[in-house]
Amino acid sequence: MRTTSLFAGLFLATTAMADTPVLTVYTYDSFVSDWGPGPAIEAAFEASCGCDLQMIGAGDGAALLARLKLEGSRTDADIILGLDTNITVAAAETGLFAPISVTANYTVPGGWADPLFAPFDWGYFAFVKNAEIESPTNFRALADSDLKIVIQDPRSSTPGLGLLMWVKAAYGNDAAQIWADLNDNIVTVTAGWSEAYGMFLEGEADMVLSYTTSPAYHLIAEGDASKSYAVFDEGHYMQIEVAGKLANTDQTALADQFLQFMVSDAFQSIIPTTNWMFPAVTPVAGLPDGFPNTLNAAQSLIFSPTEAAALRNAALAEWQTALSQ
Amino acid sequence: MGGAVLAALLLFSIGTAVAVTTQGQGLGALGAADWSAIRFSLWQACLSAGLSVTIAIPVARALARQSFVGRQALITLLGAPFILPVIVGVLGLLAVFGRAGWISDALTWAGFAKLSIYGAPGVILAHVFFNLPLATRFLLQGWAAVPSERFKVVHSLAASPWAYFRLIEWPLLKSVVPGAFLLIFLLCLTSFAVALAVGGGPRGTTIELAIYQAFRLDFDLGRAASLALVQFSLCGAVAVMAFLVPLPQTDGLGLGQLPQRLDAYGHRSVDFIWIASSAVFLILPLGAILTRGLGHIASLPHQVIAASITSVLIALTSTVVCISMALGLSFAFARRGRVARNLAEGVGILGLATSPLVVGTGLFLLIFPFAHPMTFALPITASVNAMMALPFALRVLMPAVRETYADYLILRNSLNVTRWVWLHRILLPRLRRPLGFAAGLAAALSMGDLGVIALFADPDLQTLPLMLYRLMGAYRMDQAAAVAVVLVAQSLALFWMFDRGGRGYAGSP
Repeated sequence: MRTTSLFAGLFLATTAMADTPVLTVYTYDSFVSDWGPGPAIEAAFEASCGCDLQMIGAGDGAALLARLKLEGSRTDADIILGLDTNITVAAAETGLFAPISVTANYTVPGGWADPLFAPFDWGYFAFVKNAEIESPTNFRALADSDLKIVIQDPRSSTPGLGLLMWVKAAYGNDAAQIWADLNDNIVTVTAGWSEAYGMFLEGEADMVLSYTTSPAYHLIAEGDASKSYAVFDEGHYMQIEVAGKLANTDQTALADQFLQFMVSDAFQSIIPTTNWMFPAVTPVAGLPDGFPNTLNAAQSLIFSPTEAAALRNAALAEWQTALSQ
Repeated sequence: MGGAVLAALLLFSIGTAVAVTTQGQGLGALGAADWSAIRFSLWQACLSAGLSVTIAIPVARALARQSFVGRQALITLLGAPFILPVIVGVLGLLAVFGRAGWISDALTWAGFAKLSIYGAPGVILAHVFFNLPLATRFLLQGWAAVPSERFKVVHSLAASPWAYFRLIEWPLLKSVVPGAFLLIFLLCLTSFAVALAVGGGPRGTTIELAIYQAFRLDFDLGRAASLALVQFSLCGAVAVMAFLVPLPQTDGLGLGQLPQRLDAYGHRSVDFIWIASSAVFLILPLGAILTRGLGHIASLPHQVIAASITSVLIALTSTVVCISMALGLSFAFARRGRVARNLAEGVGILGLATSPLVVGTGLFLLIFPFAHPMTFALPITASVNAMMALPFALRVLMPAVRETYADYLILRNSLNVTRWVWLHRILLPRLRRPLGFAAGLAAALSMGDLGVIALFADPDLQTLPLMLYRLMGAYRMDQAAAVAVVLVAQSLALFWMFDRGGRGYAGSP
């Protein structure tokens, strides 16, 4: 199989035709990893769809969008799963997405109404650390400390972009200065979340940009209470992760079926203990013990998709300038 | 044939650069970050080349005048980083100098802070790791070219160290150092994989990496085009400068025996400190990978087989293309005069000055209106790799072709030798050894390449270097080290097979 596609790639463009319809989903790497939601979701959907669900990891969330732009209307993808509200406007502007009609009783803070994208989970960004490390209580304190952090590139990673928005939401015009002060705390900037979290676990940094829900993974899955997150008094930026359907998919009905499945209990109950995020529709069985509480409205920061889109380029330029010193 | 090769080369180098500007969205404005990438590229290339050449001087001097057991092995080892896959070298350096590396561990134990090499320090460290051996070999060749009588004369005159420097070392350095510096400067200026792996973000972004990011992350073709143009102009400027100074030879032959030096004894301790520390600097990172990776080869995912096959196929295709081009050019230009020789030299330098990512981006844009460019990922990677290896293959083949023509052309004409006999009985047997060496270089360079493939890669297509980079990304360092061992073994095996094939025949023309 692999060899055939290899030779096909070398000499000809061929499309493999099979009897069962294939639904191709581009998503981020950690979603399809062995310990991520991918395997369980594939099994659950294939049990009822009579299809072959192919989930392809293509870097981190923001890299998904870049890859889609690169492939344009020739893409093999039917569904893109793993963008977030900071880049949905840019995604919509490509004109590659089709309107969807997914209905659900979303428990996403602020509710949900978007013609092109449906949410599948959400969370709060936070710096995850070993519990014994004394937490800085905000970005200024972090910048003043000797703590070493790993962050993600905002151009390829949705957490990386979320961090830009977080600093912008908390500090506005002072954001550039915050980044300049943080520069000496940053060990490195990775392409995606997986790389950064891996480096943190190997002891290459004191803290890593992740989610308030990440320590729950260590607690619930590994029985390890040694991880916690630093509570920041300026609040935590939120991320709402979404999926959308490509306009020129050859599997329209199947794609619609998948998106509706995505907000069903079968999919949503898999999310908390595999993707370690808050599900977009709280499962019937509730959240597992050990999952953190949600934050109150005053602690939750988020820009609307249009605000985020308007801020992105200037915030990115500020970040690049500060970090290239 | 020479004309066709020349046309293909021009299309690949200048044609793709033009395509980037015309097929994309015109030229995009460069932002502050792009300018800082340009500044960083120039600055780090200058420092990397400067450090490599400066450190190489005492090391080469020591190797030139001391004889010791293992000297020949060490000189052979100095040739290894040239064909060592960049990403493997980086992995090894991280294992030694990284925050979780041996030196950091020792520092932590002694109560000091850990090393942090992401950013400029890592980029420069890696560049020195790869280019110090190259510079040392260039200089060593310079020393080897000094007639032994001259050392004897200077020594018997009991010349002062200053006179020794003025009479022997200064002329030697003057003839080798500028070319070595420029060549290494050019190699560092177009560095991609090093900056990708240890650049640490905006603070360590080279132009080549910025092109990749503009293309792959922002999909901003206009900015990618502008950056490509900057890269092309800078490399072109360096190439023109390189035209003015003699570039050192890279064949590495003739380093076996050096004249016995009467002044060796007096410098013994200093010399051995230089030799030992440079040897440790080279061997430690490779040793780190070997010790970590060997035990985990069995645990590698099965994809390693597909990645291996893909890599070998690309390498072999690339070798065939590269050697055909090099032979075509050598045959076409070997008989002509000075102008042709300069032209051929220029072509070689053009290959050096061409950035793989500019070519890749240009080809992507040329193909895009007609087909899915990812479909051509492998042929494109193979051709770009062939072009990158061409300057080195030319430098090995051209002199041999020229010599054969000089020695046998009159004979051929007077005896009315047929084309077939000329090719098979006279030309190829004489070229067999340089041909094997050049093919080995081309194959190994292509095996280790992590450049264009990163531009075109999709999740289910990978070469060994890309797989290694992805495993490093997933922080599966044991498996990454295991892939590194497999990759190095395959690169060396390919190099050895070709080189051996060339040597095996050399005695019976």
